[in-house]
Amino acid sequence: MRPGRKAAAAGVLFLGATLAQSAYAQTPAGQALAFDRAKGNCLTCHDIEGGNAPGNVGPPLADMKRRFPDRKELAAVIFDETRRNPQTVMPPFGRNLILTKDEIESIVDFLYTR
Amino acid sequence: MRRLYSILIAMMLLAPAHPPRAAADDAVNPDADFKAFRDYFTKTFAKVPLDDFVNGPYSMDAELRKQWQAIDDFPPYDFAVERGKEMFATPFKNGKTYGDCFANKGIGIRQNYPYFDDNSGEIITLELALNRCREANGEAPYSYVKDEMASLTAYMAFTSRGKLFDIKIPNDPRARAAYENGKRYFYTRRGQLNFSCASCHVQNPGNHIRTEVLAPALGIVAGMPIYRSEWNGMGTMSRRLVTCNSQTRAVPLTPQDEDYRDVEYYLTFMANGLPVSGPAARP
Ligand code: HEC
Ligand code: HEC
Repeated sequence: MRPGRKAAAAGVLFLGATLAQSAYAQTPAGQALAFDRAKGNCLTCHDIEGGNAPGNVGPPLADMKRRFPDRKELAAVIFDETRRNPQTVMPPFGRNLILTKDEIESIVDFLYTR
Repeated sequence: MRRLYSILIAMMLLAPAHPPRAAADDAVNPDADFKAFRDYFTKTFAKVPLDDFVNGPYSMDAELRKQWQAIDDFPPYDFAVERGKEMFATPFKNGKTYGDCFANKGIGIRQNYPYFDDNSGEIITLELALNRCREANGEAPYSYVKDEMASLTAYMAFTSRGKLFDIKIPNDPRARAAYENGKRYFYTRRGQLNFSCASCHVQNPGNHIRTEVLAPALGIVAGMPIYRSEWNGMGTMSRRLVTCNSQTRAVPLTPQDEDYRDVEYYLTFMANGLPVSGPAARP
């Protein structure tokens, strides 16, 4: 874990509490969806702060807001990464109906806290 | 991750997104495939000695290898080898034995399986040959995923350790079709998660899926059958294939389905020249 990540995450959480209430309320749901083995199961391949026993098939998911300022782009990666990269091993969560559009949106909310 | 892009480029050479259907027999070229496959693994994992690929995940991960070396003084598959040896020595009701069904009484022959049978035109794996032997002698076949089958194959692998895989693809259109079908099965994505076998075992050997270290496709058959701590027991090749399919939410085939036998034929041909390492132990 990179130093400073914890502090940054705590800052985001704190801001979240003072910002739009709906976004704050959605964060735990997005985390549950991302970590649930029967749903996103993103930890199989990605290190995400707060998750246990992550794999390393994909890159760690951190600093997301800076790296994906356009949330549509982030949602598109989760919906179907094979559009950007036909050879990717990341499952097309939206296209293959593993996650609904709403579920993907709530995972995006969660990733923006990481 | 560091390797990802070079892997992807190699993958495209190895397995184009839309591989040309092998309409004509002369489009099938196992020797060229063999060379490309071998080059891919030996270049991508240049530090791994060729013969070490038969050690699956241990060849990829120093930490895991240490744990393996620590338990290998009392190999957890020993009981299966002992049991298989006993089963081999015990006659069927008709007085014959397993040894009567095989070349060299079944000793030291693992490296020749699976093979193409020119009578029936199909691929015969060791597991299939064992059950056909039982049936020919009036005995009921064993489950392909349970302990009896694992014990028999463990013993046969044990007597073959160090022998080099020597799989032949005769110049028979049926043998070439079986090979091509196995290759197609290996590189085709399937199931809700959209994985092919190659997604894990070609694109990601050495990477971690959760805590599991992915084995490389080169030599991936050599250690079969395996004792897995996670299974708390032995597993056959059939069991492993069914598990890999179900864990990725693909519909598993029936053990020894033609597709499974063909993929084993393809993978074992790719292991030609490497030593038998089975039975093996896995975390
Ligand atoms: C089986 C492996 C696997 C799973 C499961 C997986 N991913 Fe990925 N992911 C990858 C790989 C590999 C990449 C690298 C980019 C590529 O392959 O195109 C990636 C890339 C990404 C990226 C882009 C990261 C960057 O820095 O460019 C995001 C965002 C992402 N994944 C989110 C997710 C989320 C959210 C989930 C769960 C809902 C998930 N992934 C599940 C394998 C996976
Ligand atoms: C999403 C990942 C994934 C996919 C797809 C997958 N496997 Fe696996 N496979 C694993 C994992 C994890 C293991 C256990 C760790 C290891 O040994 O690689 C494994 C183990 C194996 C082993 C035993 C290797 C050893 O030395 O212990 C074989 C053989 C195998 N897989 C073949 C296949 C074949 C053939 C397919 C396609 C039908 C396939 N796998 C698809 C993840 C996968």
